[in-house]
Amino acid sequence: MAELDIDTRAAKLGIDWSQVNLDSIQLPPGENFGIESDDEGVYHDDQLEFDTGFGNIIVVDNLPVVPKTKFEKLENVLKKIYSQLGAIKEKGLWMPVDPNTGMTLGYCFIEFNTPQEAQNAKEKTHGYKLDKSHIFAVNMFDDFDRLMNVKEEWEAPQTKPYVPGENLQKWLTDEKARDQLVTRSGPDTEVFWNDARQKNTELVHKRSYWTESYVQWSPLGTYLVTLHKQGAAVWGGADTFTRLMRYQHNMVKLVDFSPGEKYLVTYHSQEPSNPRDASKVEIKVFDVRTGRMMRDFKGSADEFSIGGPGGVAGASWPVFRWAGGKDDKYFAKLSKNTISVYETETFGLIDKKSIKVDNVVDICWSPTDSILSLFVPEQGGGNQPAKVALVQIPSKVELRQKNLFSVSDCKMYWQSSGEYLAVKVDRYTKTKKSTYSGFELFRIKERDIPIEVLELDNKNDKIIAFAWEPKGHRFAVIHGDQPRPDVSFYTMKTTQHGGRVTKLGTLKAKQANALFWSPTGKYIILAGLKNFNGQLEFFNVDELETMATTEHFMATDIEWDPTGRYVATAVTSVHEMENGFTIWSFNGKLLYRNLKDHFFQLAWRPRPPSFLSPEKEEEIAKNLKKYSKKYELEDQDVSLLLSEQDREKRKALKEEWEKWVKQWKSLHEEEKLARQNLRDGEISDEEEEEDEAKEVKEVEFEDVIDVTEEVVQE
Amino acid sequence: MRPILMKGHERPLTFLRYHRDGDLLFSCAKDDTPTLWYADNGERLGTYRGHNGAVWCCDVSRDSSRLITGSADQTAKLWDVKTGQQLFSFKFGAPARSVDFAVGDKLAVITTDPFMEHTSAIHVKRIAEDLEDQTDDSVLILQSPNGRKTINRAVWGPLNQTIVSGGEDAVIRIWDAETGKLLKETDEEVGHKKPIRSLCKSADDSHFLTGSRDKTAKACLWDMRTLTLIKTYTTGVPLNAVSMSSLLDHVVLGGGPDASEITTTEHRAGSFDAKFYDKILQEEFGSVKGHFGPINALAFNPDGRSFSSGGEDGYVRLHHFDADYFNIKI
Repeated sequence: MAELDIDTRAAKLGIDWSQVNLDSIQLPPGENFGIESDDEGVYHDDQLEFDTGFGNIIVVDNLPVVPKTKFEKLENVLKKIYSQLGAIKEKGLWMPVDPNTGMTLGYCFIEFNTPQEAQNAKEKTHGYKLDKSHIFAVNMFDDFDRLMNVKEEWEAPQTKPYVPGENLQKWLTDEKARDQLVTRSGPDTEVFWNDARQKNTELVHKRSYWTESYVQWSPLGTYLVTLHKQGAAVWGGADTFTRLMRYQHNMVKLVDFSPGEKYLVTYHSQEPSNPRDASKVEIKVFDVRTGRMMRDFKGSADEFSIGGPGGVAGASWPVFRWAGGKDDKYFAKLSKNTISVYETETFGLIDKKSIKVDNVVDICWSPTDSILSLFVPEQGGGNQPAKVALVQIPSKVELRQKNLFSVSDCKMYWQSSGEYLAVKVDRYTKTKKSTYSGFELFRIKERDIPIEVLELDNKNDKIIAFAWEPKGHRFAVIHGDQPRPDVSFYTMKTTQHGGRVTKLGTLKAKQANALFWSPTGKYIILAGLKNFNGQLEFFNVDELETMATTEHFMATDIEWDPTGRYVATAVTSVHEMENGFTIWSFNGKLLYRNLKDHFFQLAWRPRPPSFLSPEKEEEIAKNLKKYSKKYELEDQDVSLLLSEQDREKRKALKEEWEKWVKQWKSLHEEEKLARQNLRDGEISDEEEEEDEAKEVKEVEFEDVIDVTEEVVQE
Repeated sequence: MRPILMKGHERPLTFLRYHRDGDLLFSCAKDDTPTLWYADNGERLGTYRGHNGAVWCCDVSRDSSRLITGSADQTAKLWDVKTGQQLFSFKFGAPARSVDFAVGDKLAVITTDPFMEHTSAIHVKRIAEDLEDQTDDSVLILQSPNGRKTINRAVWGPLNQTIVSGGEDAVIRIWDAETGKLLKETDEEVGHKKPIRSLCKSADDSHFLTGSRDKTAKACLWDMRTLTLIKTYTTGVPLNAVSMSSLLDHVVLGGGPDASEITTTEHRAGSFDAKFYDKILQEEFGSVKGHFGPINALAFNPDGRSFSSGGEDGYVRLHHFDADYFNIKI
């Protein structure tokens, strides 16, 4: 109320305003007389969720038509079904009855407490078979508007003329066969060619604020996905990066592609307003090319979190793990006691049932086949052994299983062509106070899937890292005690032993904590990241020799280019200083550095697998000389051209400088007298100094001779 | 060659200055005693006692008879180089940040920091030949347009006609030394983006080099009127100190992260190295490790055969170049 209003009101009521002691007035408690508090938080902070519309009502159709006598029974059945899926409101179930016949009409309305529950109930019971002739048809009440407005007459959809799309794989046809990489630094996202011959990058596309969190290549390199508030978008095309498709998903946090890049999975989680509740998770699966949402999954984070009871909060990404191969046929989700495997044909569960495995804590797909490996830890204090099993999908046949005793933890590593599976098993020692590790090696492609047990030479060694050679049959293990663990190499097949795992060699006391195999095998980088300050050792496993040891100080990330020719090491903004990346050749030669402040991310653009048959590849490897000749010539030309250009550039710079110096000199000469005057006539002695400088040089050369003489005498 | 470590200061180094012949080296530090060393073997000759605060800068006259120092105790002092005796004290209401003798040593330019009610300023003082005639009066006072930002360095231009200044506001300014008029200043595009911490003239006054916290050093072509950028040297670290060789076309740059970030940096990161660049080609051709804190001061010996660096770690490192250095070809 304005002050003027108050005064007039007081005058009307005959109150002498100035006589009133405001402090003496006490309002009855609990009453505010329409005076709003300034404290807006009180009113707006925890607003109640009001029911708006009919979002929490579902309509269940195709119910049996029953007489009055059976009404109650049917009602109870329905209540039983639906109260499992959510809380039905009081008097929330209404089944209309035909007033003439007293029979039900074959449908009912159910009102839930929340729209989420209603949505859930709709999804779960649509198509529910009560009996043979009564299959539920469930709709949201809100949807009826939409269903009513369907046009009576069918309109033929317009056929759009076919517009040929861009060549999405044009980058593969680069004349110089270079690879692309994307970096994010500051607000900029940049895509470069790695031009190792020119020892520099060549910009392909640069854009500021391209993404709101990060970018990611699709597994075959066709698309670059960016994340935004409204959803995700994919970019690609022949020359520049144009937007190809958008996927609407508010506040998307994480994305994941299926291996054949047909589908994109997006993830969003929302912190609950009440800290005791689990956060809400929404996952959507999109068809990458059409942008159509194929399926969405909603629920509390508990349903999507992996790691057994008391596991980590939130979901571990990716929630859905895709079966190997380019077909993108199956994806699986692990939840408590069950593995849900979906097929992409229907986006439903295989056989409409998930696989029940009590206490399963980890699953892993074979990278090439639809075989799922799973791990179940020990039960009942060791009465029931732990188990590693291989399950064939979609038949759900268990191909092989192995029971393991006194196990504390297991980790599964598939070899990239799906030939082998290594299971690292941590077992308790007899006292149960400590653990030791060993490996169980499965040979998937051999008959009956033989399993071999491998223990390290020193059983008590801690295993720090493990990595399969891509497409190969070797693996590397870092084991032993920090800060100088050992690195061992093993092979799954040798000419002498055939099907036995054999050790190739051990490197003692290496400053390494991570292994990076070249994508083509044969070469490996033993890296000491983080605590080891970025020590790098480039190692040739064929010859078992070190090619180079270098250091990229404080390196946080290492990534091979998809062809195995170059390696990028990066210092991301975890550290303040020297952010940027360095490109190395496969044998550890530093090619160039690229410093960028606030460097966040680096990713090579993946390449689709080669179309060459393995035989052809072998043939090329054998006759490499013949094939490489052409490229060597090209290299030579380029380096000649480069040095030529370099020389030119330097010459130009030098000449320019000389010109300046000459100008300065003449100016200096002109001012000589003025300077003398400033110094009270003392001659400025530059000429003298110059002579001195020359003398100095001569003295230097004498020094050199002296030193060499001494060495000879010794 | 092994560097000579000179441990004479208890606090971080702030400035290094060779005299004209290159056999004496003056060092200033955040302790209150400027120190004189033999530039050949690093032997300490003596100290100049009388300041009561960090000493930011010094300059020595052409005949090596007088030393001028600027200190945080709000004075700039004149000293007898030989005896270490204090000759005169210029008093300001604010810390003196930088000092520079003019050609002929009859004038000195002294900059003062913004302090209490004082804004940053550049003072020109007359240096009397006879001490009896020495006064505290300023011939000219230049007020920086950005008065709350420290002017880190001001030096004389050729023939004492101009004064060049650079400071925390990242702008290089050229003033008329007679009238005090602002003649030229760098714009945002070509100039530095972050505070300028050092400024160093070439031997023939034809150009100068500035080092900035924006991780670049810029050499500016400078005749009386133009302020043209000719070279930029980019390093990965914020710079505190720059210097130019008068023998070869080399520049040396040094610096490091701010003190607040030092504990999160390791000295091996290379940020405390003195980095050598080819002046013309702008390419780094070498670096000298050693300091375990940021480098605050760098100076080439006028003969170009040695250089010294002073660090936040309190050490002065005196390096005589190996023979190889003189034959470096890029």
